[in-house]
Amino acid sequence: MKQRTEHKEPFVRMVKRAAIAPGKAWAIRGAALVGALLMGALLLLILGHNSLGIYGEMARGAFGGAMYLKETARTAVPLLISAIGIAFAFKMQFWNIGAEGQILAGGIAASAVAIHYDAQFAAWAAETGSALPKVLLLLLMFAAAVAAGGLYGVVPAIFKSKWGTNETLFTLMLNYIALQYVKFLTYQPVWKMPGTSFPKIRMFDPIATLPKVFGVHIGWIFALLLVVLAHFYLTRTKHGYEIAVVGESTNTARYAGINVSKVYLRTMFLSGALSGFAGYLICAGADGTLTESTAGGIGFTAITVAWLAKMNPFAMLIVAIFIAALDRGAGFQSSSGVPESCAEVLVGIILFFMLGCEFFINYKLVFRGKEAVA
Amino acid sequence: MNIDFISLFVAAVLAGTPLLLGTLGEILTEKSGHLNLGVEGMMFMGAIASIAASWAYEQMAKGAGFAASGFLSMLIALLAAFGAGAFGALIYSFLTVTLRANQNVTGLTLTIFGTGLANFCGELLGKSAGGFVTVSKATKAAFAQLDLFGLKNSASPVLQTISKLFFQYNWMVYFAIVIALLMAWFFKRSRVGLNLRAVGESPATADAAGINVTRYKYLATVIGGGICGIGGMYMSMVNQSGVWVHNCVAGYGWLAVALVIFSTWSPVRGLICGLIFGAFTIMRLYVSIPGLAMQIYGMLPYAATILVLIITSIRQSREHAQPKSCGTNYFREER
Repeated sequence: MKQRTEHKEPFVRMVKRAAIAPGKAWAIRGAALVGALLMGALLLLILGHNSLGIYGEMARGAFGGAMYLKETARTAVPLLISAIGIAFAFKMQFWNIGAEGQILAGGIAASAVAIHYDAQFAAWAAETGSALPKVLLLLLMFAAAVAAGGLYGVVPAIFKSKWGTNETLFTLMLNYIALQYVKFLTYQPVWKMPGTSFPKIRMFDPIATLPKVFGVHIGWIFALLLVVLAHFYLTRTKHGYEIAVVGESTNTARYAGINVSKVYLRTMFLSGALSGFAGYLICAGADGTLTESTAGGIGFTAITVAWLAKMNPFAMLIVAIFIAALDRGAGFQSSSGVPESCAEVLVGIILFFMLGCEFFINYKLVFRGKEAVA
Repeated sequence: MNIDFISLFVAAVLAGTPLLLGTLGEILTEKSGHLNLGVEGMMFMGAIASIAASWAYEQMAKGAGFAASGFLSMLIALLAAFGAGAFGALIYSFLTVTLRANQNVTGLTLTIFGTGLANFCGELLGKSAGGFVTVSKATKAAFAQLDLFGLKNSASPVLQTISKLFFQYNWMVYFAIVIALLMAWFFKRSRVGLNLRAVGESPATADAAGINVTRYKYLATVIGGGICGIGGMYMSMVNQSGVWVHNCVAGYGWLAVALVIFSTWSPVRGLICGLIFGAFTIMRLYVSIPGLAMQIYGMLPYAATILVLIITSIRQSREHAQPKSCGTNYFREER
């Protein structure tokens, strides 16, 4: 009987890398992005479209002119803010996929203030001719939106910290509940657009809409500010450190004397509040009303933004603009015969590649006959 | 108050079947220790693939000048739906099993991708079909309600009622029930099923016992995804009777993920939970509660899911828990 004494070395095996130069890591990510775009082009080509032409059209639709740029910025602002909120939760491994609902909660609260009081404030402003009523009303709406979004985010955190209730599904279900509530509101006499039987909420009085700076509502300035603030909060404060520790291991956090429940609740309030703020900007800034599509998938797209950016607020700024451009671009070129949903397909492919490329950053492939160099 | 319980039951079964299929697929996936949040996406892919395949077959038949067979068309749709769901799951398992990407995010991405792809292909198909895609009468007939044992027009009213309650569904309902029973047997009685459970509970132990962990994970995830795809086919072929409707899966995939928890990873309990949730989704059409707006009533399935999540998390039992390694990836060299 022949005894096998020697194991044949596998053709390829994986070794965990100890560290990787940041430049190399970004090069891998860049290559993955290029690969994803090529894959998308291939898919479009198979479906019988001129991929290069479509990419060109998309770029034109996103950046080719002041109007398009404004649209892209308008899409990017809530996306970015919501993504920052999600990053707070994801950093502590709290899978908040309820940004959609939190955006709506913020939107509903802000709209409730606007719908009920905009006439009074408008009258007051007309009487005195000062800017005070507008500022006051917008601040009230802001406070309502942030509180509502935050509370909507805290609810699942309470159950998670008390009984370990699955937060992924909890936050997700809250999305649908918020959406149903918006549908309910569209039928309410106080909210409805007068003079139409179509269920639609009326537009706010102009006093309840945000002022514009360079043609885009003022929200973009807050979004940029938030990027810096969030970076500071996550990397330079005790709270941020606690979030990171809880994310690595709740046991370690407990051992280190961190009150895990408190961190969950506080962070989820912030996370929800940021999404609520995004909802406020959509209602009071971009749309001037509340609709069923106020959130319109932004909460889900924001998850991908946060993940692609590795929870880094500055990277999120770039990714949010990129995704917003994809989205606007796809909408723009849909007249040429390629459906708008192609943006989602492309985002999906890019994410798949990005998720996959992390492997090559964390691990190294060693082929047969070569020695692994640690 | 006047409630037609028989109609409610029938409607609940019909509405619960796609949920059941999605749930079964996800149970199989989670038993291997992988939490695939892409059920919604895989259902979408199955939904569009089944319509597209049937439609392509019919166009081919028309071109070649023979009458399309409804049965064959149905079979093609079934294979396409399974294949599409399995393909989605294959992407997922390549990323999570081989490349060890985060399971939550990969699943979410699969949902985004699958939803986009299905709507994208649906719109493209609609354009080439001139407006919207729909399958032919012959295919629709293959998904129509059956009359098992021929009791529909029986003389006795009791038999008629029994027939209505149990024997007059479309074939997919029975198909889903059979899969549930088979799966229950598979997990409890078969060696392969027990091995799979070992992989889901503790991959390191299973690995040491000589079980090929990677193969089990891949197979369970891919077949589970295929079953989810068939659930999607139910949405497009039965619920929308073979017409592609934009966003037709509409959150059912997510409900299915929640149902897995509700049914505590047991296919047989999944049958009952599918029925209950099927009832929740359509109850507002059968049981009116005075003073309650339709839109608030529409929150019921989601609110019920939250309640179930809370209750199951409060009374944690070891026996009815999620497979232990679910959500974390396995790497042999990492201890």
